[in-house]
Amino acid sequence: MIPQDLRYTNDHEWVRIEGDEAVVGITDYAQAELGDITFVELPDKGKQISKGAGAATVESVKAASDIYSPVSGDIIEVNNGLENSPEMINQSPYETGWVFRVKVLDSEELNGLMDAASYEKYLDTLR
Amino acid sequence: MSYIPNTDQEKKKMLSEIGVDSGDISRLFEGIPDELKPRSFDLPPGRSEFEVERYFRKLGKKNISDLIYFIGGGFYDHFIPSAIDALASRSEFYTAYTPYQPEASQGTLQAIYEFQSCICRLTGMEVSNASVYDGGTALYEAAMMALRITGRNKVIMDGGVNPIYRKMMYCYTSNLSIDFVEIPVSHGQSDRSQIYDHLDDKTAAVILQNPNFFGAIDDHSDIVDKCHSAGALVIESVYPVALGVLKTPGEMGVDIATGEGQSLGIPLSFGGPYLGFMATRKKYVRRMPGRIAGMTSDAKGREGFVLTLQTREQHIRREKATSNICSNQALCALRALIYMSLMGKDGLRDMALLCRDKAEFAKDKLQEIEGVEVKRSSPTFNEFTVKLPGNTNEVIGKLIDKGIAAGFPLGRYYKDMDDYLLVAVTEKRTKHEIVMFADCLEDALWS
Repeated sequence: MIPQDLRYTNDHEWVRIEGDEAVVGITDYAQAELGDITFVELPDKGKQISKGAGAATVESVKAASDIYSPVSGDIIEVNNGLENSPEMINQSPYETGWVFRVKVLDSEELNGLMDAASYEKYLDTLR
Repeated sequence: MSYIPNTDQEKKKMLSEIGVDSGDISRLFEGIPDELKPRSFDLPPGRSEFEVERYFRKLGKKNISDLIYFIGGGFYDHFIPSAIDALASRSEFYTAYTPYQPEASQGTLQAIYEFQSCICRLTGMEVSNASVYDGGTALYEAAMMALRITGRNKVIMDGGVNPIYRKMMYCYTSNLSIDFVEIPVSHGQSDRSQIYDHLDDKTAAVILQNPNFFGAIDDHSDIVDKCHSAGALVIESVYPVALGVLKTPGEMGVDIATGEGQSLGIPLSFGGPYLGFMATRKKYVRRMPGRIAGMTSDAKGREGFVLTLQTREQHIRREKATSNICSNQALCALRALIYMSLMGKDGLRDMALLCRDKAEFAKDKLQEIEGVEVKRSSPTFNEFTVKLPGNTNEVIGKLIDKGIAAGFPLGRYYKDMDDYLLVAVTEKRTKHEIVMFADCLEDALWS
């Protein structure tokens, strides 16, 4: 259910670590809570982001939610496909629904992220 | 839910429940500091309906309301067809609730949707909102939009923009640190070289008005091009009646068009209620404040209308919302919609030409008066600037006694213009009235 190879935050972002880059998206739990996603406001490529700062915004019919960057660094890539197909986040939150890619400044920050098992436990406390 | 007030018995019961003696309800207001409480509630006895009506009628008579109006400055004495009052006063519209429940508000929502469509047609823009309070509010909201879209902090304002709107802008933004630059007009027109001197990569928007406050008309397409090259947006405040003949903001490439809709079937009413409209390009729709009515289909596939893109608004976005405005001027927007539908494209054009032609006639008549100088450095629509041989306020006072509102004294908002008068002419001004105005003005100046 929850991809084992990813890391997680308690704001329901997932992170896929690829060398010194991190790909970020929101989890299946988050997309289900939001409902049908109608719009994604993507960050500008090249933007410098700090850990915990708002990077993107996801809008559904009933809510607008910020996606925080789990790490500090430069945003080197954004998923432009979300402009016309925001529903990819609902349909495939861990694959085609990725949101942005960061060049990690300090890999130490990755240590604070939860692994799949810890995130599962965390979700249990919410349900 | 019944609207019957609580009976004395019910009140007694509620008070005893919370331990308050029904004989001394002052305890209910204990939380209010003494210095903020009224010293007494000792009001005079109530009066009968007839006495109240007589009192207010007498008070109302102190206002002068039947003058021949040559005064404009953003708000104009246009004819209001009786069909507008007849339709807008229908209780289905007049007492309809705010349309957050689409299943109970299709009439209201369709009217808003059609109003938005008309505003887009009139301005040549792609998408419009359901309206805001007035033209000044619309201009402020447009400036905020530009700051949000560009992420920049500087706004250049043309001195020809309505000074009342500029005052509102500064008031609204007084606690924000926006860098405003005002560029005075040059011979009544936008001063391009000064504007371009200040245009840089910190500029979020340049704000223009057409016709401007002095009545001058212009084609701002060149300014739009320069601004776009610098990454800045252009906001244009427009006069809807003039759009019957003038180049539209859409045609000029303007990013956000705003304006005052009072001229579209809304009475002057001593200052309001008025109607602010906003229209923009599709790509900026999510940054636009205010309500937006959209067309959709219901669960059974039937066409319907609904308030849409509500994630812009504060009840969802909270402090990140596009604005605190979550309302619109529904009844005024309805009147404007009926007006625009009644007049149609041709009617609006005919009316605009009538206004322009009568203004030109007035210009000629006033020019004939000795000492009066009609400013002709720019082409104008239905409003123009006149220099008088002396202080305008005195002259205005004398003409009010003759039953004429001569115009707007520009000295009120512009330094060194105490002898300048802004004269507006609408389709309601007859040839006879214009000639009389000129004669009375001549008398006031020289006898």
